[in-house]
Amino acid sequence: MNVAVCVKQIPDTAMPPALDPRDHTLVREGKLIMDESDSYGVEMGLQLVEVAGGGEVSLVSMAPNSATSGLRTALATGAVKAILVSDPVLAGSDALGTAKVLAAAIARLGPDLVLAGTESTDGYVGTTPVQVAELLGWPSVSFAKHVEISDGLLRVQRQTEAGYEEVTCPLPAVVTVTSGVVEPRYPSFKGIAAAKSKPVEELTVADLGLDPSQVGFAGARQQVISVEAAEARAAGEIVVDKGDAHERVLGFLEQLKIL
Amino acid sequence: MDTIWVLAEQRGGVPAGIVLELLTAARGFGGVVEVVTWGPSSESTATVLGRYGAAKVYDVGDIGEALPGPKVAAAIASQVSGGNRPDAVLIGATHDGRDIAARLSVRLDLPVLTNVVGITASGGRLTSDHSIFGGSTLLRAEFTDAIPGLFVVQPKSFVAEPAEPAGQRSVEIVAIEVPETGATDAARIVARHEEERSGPELDEAAVVVAGGRGLGSPGNFALITELAQLLKGAPGASRAIVDAGWVPYALQIGQTGKTVKPMVYIACGISGATQHMVGMKAAQKIIAINKDREAPIFTIADLGVVGDATKVVPKLIEAIKARR
Ligand SMILES: Cc1cc2nc3c(=O)[nH]c(=O)nc-3n(C[C@H](O)[C@H](O)[C@H](O)COP(=O)(O)OP(=O)(O)OC[C@H]3O[C@@H](n4cnc5c(N)ncnc54)[C@H](O)[C@@H]3O)c2cc1C
Repeated sequence: MNVAVCVKQIPDTAMPPALDPRDHTLVREGKLIMDESDSYGVEMGLQLVEVAGGGEVSLVSMAPNSATSGLRTALATGAVKAILVSDPVLAGSDALGTAKVLAAAIARLGPDLVLAGTESTDGYVGTTPVQVAELLGWPSVSFAKHVEISDGLLRVQRQTEAGYEEVTCPLPAVVTVTSGVVEPRYPSFKGIAAAKSKPVEELTVADLGLDPSQVGFAGARQQVISVEAAEARAAGEIVVDKGDAHERVLGFLEQLKIL
Repeated sequence: MDTIWVLAEQRGGVPAGIVLELLTAARGFGGVVEVVTWGPSSESTATVLGRYGAAKVYDVGDIGEALPGPKVAAAIASQVSGGNRPDAVLIGATHDGRDIAARLSVRLDLPVLTNVVGITASGGRLTSDHSIFGGSTLLRAEFTDAIPGLFVVQPKSFVAEPAEPAGQRSVEIVAIEVPETGATDAARIVARHEEERSGPELDEAAVVVAGGRGLGSPGNFALITELAQLLKGAPGASRAIVDAGWVPYALQIGQTGKTVKPMVYIACGISGATQHMVGMKAAQKIIAINKDREAPIFTIADLGVVGDATKVVPKLIEAIKARR
């Protein structure tokens, strides 16, 4: 059972996000961290490999400037290796361009299962993993809140707007996992030390045999026309509860004719 | 703008709310509005779609226990490559809608714009609005040389209104074929579960009472449910307590949950993370109860109560009961 997990390396979410005024892309300078949304896919992969009693978890990432800091976090928890695609021509890639890169990298690994988050924390486009599935010609199950594998068949509880569906799916397949689906483990000191020497294969767009016009700004075929501050909602009245604030809430609801 | 297609996902034999919102928006773009639907009840669905301005319904048919993504995307793609090419396809940001959009994008080798909260048509082009950074910034985008434009639109971005003049319109139903989908279509739904609910639907309710981690324990969510019931509203939740398993996902409000636009939103023990606020900041009035005076939720609240929700809410419940 070999699992590939898509890992996005993003700016620290403690910092306010910003757009580059020149090309309207998200600023991705400084040290990148593993998107927390992907920590669930990594953990799920590790658990499925443990249950299967064999195989390994590999990582796939596309990032600027040969960034590996986020990958090391996932390697420290038990993934064995990573493919990193980093290439200046990838700047400005949209979800489809990114999916083409990830699909080509995944094809080199030939896993039984690909895991990814439902959407990233920084850009949250939310289509990349299923685009990867279509590019690979594989089935996919999105929004998984529970995943099991028995007799080579995936059994997934898939979140829906009203509840959930039980879905079966043969392998190979792509599954996107929701946050909170498993409890990601913390890396041990031994794991952190070992992660430093785990192999990260760095590839370019040419290495993957992709046409540069299919990725980056050229492939995205979309442009930002304007960026402006949205109309802000103003703060209203504030009351500090001294045991009677519920009366003010009651009055407010009466005023609105809710009561 | 000649032709706009709207994807019509069904819920229990009728079009989902988002579909009517998208039809209403599409009518304003100055072209013919057509619909692509799938599922067992396309006839009854077509009547409703016609009332909201659909001139034609392309029917993929009953897809049985398959997930919609592969089949619906393949059916649309084969229309487009056969020359039946709309200018844009509007897709609701539901779980199935996102799957279809992703697969369609690959099949047509076209980009897709998601998290759309508004669309305007001018000079034969469509421009999409995107609310980013927790709603503080509005970004406008458009496709360059990508037809049809694929837009994935957030629920509640438009207000659904039937077309004028009212009355029965005839809607042409055209069956469209699903080409070979191969291994992509191998997933099967073996069972469906719906969360039980007693009051109104969360995204339709006039009052939403939402609870977050500040409630302290799963048991305290009963306060939220009771207050919602008394106000004839629906209970909702932040993702923190959905992830923690206190309440089901169907209650989640925010970027990755439901978008609500009630008359009143009452946030109890919710900090007001950007991803939560994008799902509720369009409420007409917001009441927030939070222990921390600095909680971001207070920056958008019409009435903010700095206090312990587990104390204020029970008193509020008693006071409402006492009025009866
Ligand atoms: C990609 C992505 C998507 C996301 N999507 C969503 C989404 O759709 N919806 C969503 O909600 N979140 C979403 N989140 C998570 C979001 O960032 C926050 O983590 C989450 O909203 C926090 O929930 P909370 O307010 O309940 O918890 P906290 O942030 O922990 O806030 C708890 C609040 O309760 C207050 N409090 C504590 N005790 C009391 C008390 N006794 N009485 C009153 N107040 C008290 C505290 O002061 C605090 O403000 C998403 C995050 C990511 C990365």
